Amino acid sequence: MRYAMAIDTKKCVGCSDCVVACQTENNVPIGYCRDWITETVEGSYPNLAIELRSERCNHCDNAPCVRCCPTGASQIVDGGIVITVADECIGCGACIESCPYEARYTHPDGYVDKCTFCLHRVEEGLLPACVSVCPTNCMYFGDIDDPNSDISKILKNRKQKTLAPEAGTGPQIYYLS
Amino acid sequence: MKEELIISGRNLPNIDPHLHLWHWPISLYLFLGGLAAGILFFAAMVTLFGKENKFQGAVKWATIIPPIGLSVGLMALLYDLTHILYAWRLFAAFRITSPMSWGAWTLMLVTPLSFLWTLSYFKEYFPNWNWKEGLLSYLDWVIDFVNDNKKVIAWILVPSTVLLGIYTGILLSAFNARPLWNNSILGPLFLTSGLSTGAASIIMLSKSHDERRLFSMIDLVLIAIELFLIVHLIMGMMAGSQVQLEASQIIMGGEYTVAFWVFVVILGLTFPAILEIFELIGYKVPAIVPAMLVIMGGLIFRFVMVDAGQLTRYLY
Repeated sequence: MRYAMAIDTKKCVGCSDCVVACQTENNVPIGYCRDWITETVEGSYPNLAIELRSERCNHCDNAPCVRCCPTGASQIVDGGIVITVADECIGCGACIESCPYEARYTHPDGYVDKCTFCLHRVEEGLLPACVSVCPTNCMYFGDIDDPNSDISKILKNRKQKTLAPEAGTGPQIYYLS
Repeated sequence: MKEELIISGRNLPNIDPHLHLWHWPISLYLFLGGLAAGILFFAAMVTLFGKENKFQGAVKWATIIPPIGLSVGLMALLYDLTHILYAWRLFAAFRITSPMSWGAWTLMLVTPLSFLWTLSYFKEYFPNWNWKEGLLSYLDWVIDFVNDNKKVIAWILVPSTVLLGIYTGILLSAFNARPLWNNSILGPLFLTSGLSTGAASIIMLSKSHDERRLFSMIDLVLIAIELFLIVHLIMGMMAGSQVQLEASQIIMGGEYTVAFWVFVVILGLTFPAILEIFELIGYKVPAIVPAMLVIMGGLIFRFVMVDAGQLTRYLY
């Protein structure tokens, strides 16, 4: 089993609903966020190419944050989801320094916090909060080891990219284009 | 033109707009760790060669610095932890892939040994003290025990101080997300810099002309190696991939160019090396001047690397 997410950059309108849903679902402290929307603009007016991406932790196959963690607080659980256990975290910041996506932050309580793919929801068979609220249905979440899952099918049918694959992290958020 | 904007708003403390999570405590700690490793390495080597009486600055006087330096460094490190009540977790696990875990355990070995080493010279620091009576009398047998096992401690210190010195660099180079740090030369470079600042401290605290001469020569060799490694660091990045090319720009025309070239390479390495050469060929140069410059250069080098490295990243 390997959970992954695919986000259709052609359907995304950058409404930030996923950001708010995450903050509400996970009680993210005010001023913080586990996911965010990036807008890349290339060219100059009137010849522009715009790409909107909903970004978050890439739940990497070769997660540098897990490798660098001195206590084992950063760990990979079933399905390849990268989590941090607050009670084991000393707040040294090694994982934040090691993440090429800057997907981790220090919680005001001191420990390091990040996207969990809404592990508590996934365990109950629900979709992550961000996926479940998306008004344009541009996000797909599921098991890429299962060839019949929605995400496996869409990844076979569409062109896609991952972010900074040259960092060698094996990111698992796919951007469809 | 390519422009990237986070349109949902993001202002994470110490991360946005530029990563600046590790501040002065980390730089200071990396410097003090390297300095302590350097001094203890030379003290242990002098002891193993049986030259304690000839090189007292190295074994007796400079070794006052490591226990103080490591304590201050550890305090700085603890101050930097944000979840400090769980700091003991560091010692509840050993993670072979994490340089920080290696460093924590190495420090746990070197710090007590540095205290024991200084303790073994207490009778010489305070020759008029009556060790048989009073509150500190129980220290007597500890001091005797350490003096009897000096060679064993020295044998443990040689590999463990090298590990400590090299770890201060590998701690940074293990982060592949920071292209300026992510090269295999940083470990040896920080080790050399640590040994060089250690030799400089010995020069400063030594009272014998022969000892100053020997450590000036050692320091000169170390400075040469360090300059060579710096050239390699830059060469490697200039011949690297796009992210490394962009990362090298930060010290090759970017924000930290002056700090790096003027304060580290010229004032911290080249100028003291020239002064030491003058001293060796017979000119009168106060020993404290090149030594102090090397130590300051080492400190500024840690600050530049820690701060500049955090500004470099992958762009996508």
